[in-house]
Amino acid sequence: MTVVSMVAPLCPAECIGMSVEAIGKLMPMFLLVAGDGRIVASGPTLAKIVGQDIVGRPFDETFEPRRGWWSTTGDRGLDPDAICLGGWQIMPGRRIHLSLRQHPDIILRGSAISREHNDGALINLTFGVHLAQAARDFALTDDDFAPSDLAMELLYLQEAKELVMGELRALNHRLEQARVQAIGEAMTDPLTGLANRRAFDMAFEHALERSRVGGEPFALAHLDLDLFKAVNDSLGHAAGDRVLAIVGHILREETRKGDVVARVGGDEFIMLLRGPLDYDGISQMGERIIARLEEPVPFEGQVCRISGSIGVVLSVNYLCPDAQVMLADADAALYNSKRKGRARCTIVA
Amino acid sequence: MHGLVNKSIQCFLRYTYGEALWTRVAVRAGMRKDDTFEPLLHYEDALTEAIVVAALGELGRSRDVLFEDLGTFLASREALRRLLRFGGGDYLDFLLSLEELPGRGRLTLPDLDLPGLALHEGRGGHFLLLVESDIRDWTPVITGLLRAMADDYGALVLIEMVDDGPDERGKISISLLEARYATGRSFDLAATPVIRSPLTLMRVE
Repeated sequence: MTVVSMVAPLCPAECIGMSVEAIGKLMPMFLLVAGDGRIVASGPTLAKIVGQDIVGRPFDETFEPRRGWWSTTGDRGLDPDAICLGGWQIMPGRRIHLSLRQHPDIILRGSAISREHNDGALINLTFGVHLAQAARDFALTDDDFAPSDLAMELLYLQEAKELVMGELRALNHRLEQARVQAIGEAMTDPLTGLANRRAFDMAFEHALERSRVGGEPFALAHLDLDLFKAVNDSLGHAAGDRVLAIVGHILREETRKGDVVARVGGDEFIMLLRGPLDYDGISQMGERIIARLEEPVPFEGQVCRISGSIGVVLSVNYLCPDAQVMLADADAALYNSKRKGRARCTIVA
Repeated sequence: MHGLVNKSIQCFLRYTYGEALWTRVAVRAGMRKDDTFEPLLHYEDALTEAIVVAALGELGRSRDVLFEDLGTFLASREALRRLLRFGGGDYLDFLLSLEELPGRGRLTLPDLDLPGLALHEGRGGHFLLLVESDIRDWTPVITGLLRAMADDYGALVLIEMVDDGPDERGKISISLLEARYATGRSFDLAATPVIRSPLTLMRVE
């Protein structure tokens, strides 16, 4: 299909004669370079950043040729289609880069067309991605950019984007804090501050998985308070709650940092004891806990007295540790302690 | 309603009338005491209206005056003032770029529904700005914003809302007496890190 232009085509030979000042209004970053590489003229913005005195000097004193330039004496030789500028060649209409020798981190991008009589080139340049830095370093203003330039939009967007990113970061931070708090509340027994059943199940499952693949062994201790019902019945629920809070405090103090202590029923607790353990160590720990549970708790002029019975199983005693089996065995060990007269710790060896 | 709008109203009320007033307004509007708006989330329009009605009740001011003050407040926030100053080098350029404002808003937050703006240029520095939105309150907000930006540019301008009844598009009459009357506030294209450090759009200083 032939596309027919509705306007008369320009005569190929038509030239637009205009002054350097006029070109500078349209392209404030232009650079006019003669065939010998000397700068003939520059746009006002370019003059503002590199100085007026570059006119007459070789362009590569001020600008370092980067991508798109090659030497006239190199392997590539002279290209008949290229524009020669001193010892350099560039292709007309192709993307070229120049860095500022005084500010090597600012790289200008542009393209060139051949000057009249094939004597040098008219190069139009832009700051590209270095725009914000250039605006800061050279105190550029709105007037330094051509009205057709998207520089102002780019600077605006960069600033607006940073503001929105800042808001997003702040929002993410607030959501993360709320998430951590919500998880904490969902995993904690509010009365004692210990883990709840859900948190224990997760930690227990994780410990089982680790031990099954040859990871760290652990012990499971089931604790049931003795005489707690009597405290509740005789002194009331407030006394019971006070005792439970103290039990929580004792269990936290008597266990190690990596252990998980959970309240899983009214006066029932489970401890997941992780890391290096032996029979004697667990036995001493059990005795310490029971001794501290038996310390009398004063409450509104009365004294609450309780004790505790413990049953413990060790993951190393199982070929393939299973949650239900271990919990049932710990429970059986606990009732063994109760049967033997309470206030003792039974460890299944 | 976009959370940024609600957050703006919240910040304006807290900043101008204090924390205690904001708390009373929020509770009257049915929010909990510590509730705050997230500027990048969306809320029910009814909640925004409840906040406005509660604030009007607390302050005993007319709706237009409250929203005009909101517009002035917004233009005084450094982050927003800077974004507005990208509109042009002087107040005339700024006026002529107003029609691009909703587009600039969409560049930043595509879900922020700003009003359409159409500027009609008359003789001798007179302009008429048409504000197109289902939300009539945008007209006083823009009025306050234009007034504050005139100060910011150092321009001498008369800006008045034109009352054409409730069903008409909002109209703002602008008479630019002198574009460079006084020394305006400075505006560097690339903000120094000090200016840029409060990254929030609407932080109450």
